Amino acid sequence: MNVPAELKYTSDHEWIRVEGDVITIGITDYAQGELGDVVFVELPEVGEEFAQADVAATIEAVKTVADVFLPVSGSIVAANESLDDDSELINQDAYGAGWILKVKMSDPSQLDALMSAEDYIASIS
Amino acid sequence: MHQYIPNSDDEQLKMLNEVGIASFEELLESLPRALRFNGDLPLPLAKSELEHKQDVQKIISEDGNTSTHISFLGAGSYDHYIPHIVDVLISRSEFYTAYTPYQAEVSQGTLQAMYEYQSMICELTGMDLANSSMYDGASAMAEACLLASRHTRRKKILISRSVNPIYVDVAITYAHHQGLDFEFVDMDNGITSLDALGSKLDDTTAGVVIQNPNFYGGLEDLVQIKSKINDEKIQLIAVVNPISLNLLEAPGNQGVDIAVGEGQSLGNHMSFGGPYLGFMAVKEPLIRKVPGRIAGESIDVHGERAFVMVLRTREQDIRRERATSNICTNQGLNALTACIYMSALGKNGLRKVAELCTQKAHYLAEAIASLDGYALDTQYFFNEFVIEVPGSAKQLVKQAAVAGFFAGVSLSQFIDGAENKLLLAVTEKRSKTDMDALVNFLKEYTG
Repeated sequence: MNVPAELKYTSDHEWIRVEGDVITIGITDYAQGELGDVVFVELPEVGEEFAQADVAATIEAVKTVADVFLPVSGSIVAANESLDDDSELINQDAYGAGWILKVKMSDPSQLDALMSAEDYIASIS
Repeated sequence: MHQYIPNSDDEQLKMLNEVGIASFEELLESLPRALRFNGDLPLPLAKSELEHKQDVQKIISEDGNTSTHISFLGAGSYDHYIPHIVDVLISRSEFYTAYTPYQAEVSQGTLQAMYEYQSMICELTGMDLANSSMYDGASAMAEACLLASRHTRRKKILISRSVNPIYVDVAITYAHHQGLDFEFVDMDNGITSLDALGSKLDDTTAGVVIQNPNFYGGLEDLVQIKSKINDEKIQLIAVVNPISLNLLEAPGNQGVDIAVGEGQSLGNHMSFGGPYLGFMAVKEPLIRKVPGRIAGESIDVHGERAFVMVLRTREQDIRRERATSNICTNQGLNALTACIYMSALGKNGLRKVAELCTQKAHYLAEAIASLDGYALDTQYFFNEFVIEVPGSAKQLVKQAAVAGFFAGVSLSQFIDGAENKLLLAVTEKRSKTDMDALVNFLKEYTG
């Protein structure tokens, strides 16, 4: 199981990379494996504001749909538009080219609730 | 044993014994006595099948129908000719008994029919994708409003006053718990007022609903309406008459984002209001947000053309409470009827129907307008128009029925101060003799 140590995780199987007050969000390798082939990702518009736990994006696989919840409140600063044409990037490179959103946090203390790689591995094994 | 209940007394007793009680009375013990009705229900004795049939026939003959009366009724339901082959084909048991299949791909015939229906609706409306039908025109319009709101993440829907008021009522009910905010755009001279529309548009507007031809028969200028909407996020929703589209420009070429309408006039009987079907067709950006079932074309393991249900992940059975809509089914048989009707008439036949409707409606409108005491109220129209009559239109409708006509729909029930206004529709079924007979009746009628 690929769970990079430098990232943070949620119980919804999302990974978070923190860079200053901007976070990058994707879904974990475990999550993409469970979903199967991703066929479509519905992305929000840049500038949209969301509260913590809001659904900011939706991932469609062949037989199911998964919501992407925001672990923190903030506004969207980027959405991965390569996913429009190539949604399988999430399957091929979940932690790299398959990133989904970049969010500017309004309250970085909300990050405290996130899991470490170690905790996440424990939660899925 | 009761005539219409198949369980014999012996069988009923056996069932009661099975659950450990001796009588039906005992089964009701858990209901408090005070809440129960004591004595025999005041109902007439059951009648024989023959007696029932005679009763119903008597009621039917008292009301009259389109075979006993010459009908000019419209307002959403139209008396078009339905070729015999339509009812013969839809009555085949393969089609007639099959509900929308849950293991859809087993029923290739049903899926193919849905796919062809969708393709025809796309061609008719000039849109990119059609679903395989909604419940009826009114609920299709309501779903279009919800779709516009979902797509734009806005809540305000502007509806022209010229939209069928019954559709508006349905939309308000349908969207009651979905937080939509409906506002109305006034009419000017029988069509949507462009100035009124302009003053109501703002950055909270999700969609604008225009009916064309509108409820009162008038032709709306969709291109001009579109040009009034500067914010390209706002969805233009057109409620259209499918027969009229064989003559009028396709909404897809007029800047419409969502085209919906009532499919009854495509081969479905008027049948006292239903079952009908709604159609919905959209432009490409909305494809993943469209409600309802969609059949698509694919290739099977042998490399042969095959049909499948597509984009299922929008639907309730997969997405649960976040589904695009609560509609997870379609009006399969009615959509099939529409598909067979369009195939039976073909492109030229459909155009001929639309031309005859237009020509006949204009013949009748002019003939009535030339009568003393009558005036034509609709400037540009397809097959439906409003006339002003001497006195009460409601009264006129009553008198005309006695003389063998369904003269039209009185508008006083929809608009204040419209006591003298009557809405008439003319289909290809009305002959010159029929229309001249109505004109003669009106000539003699003085209010």
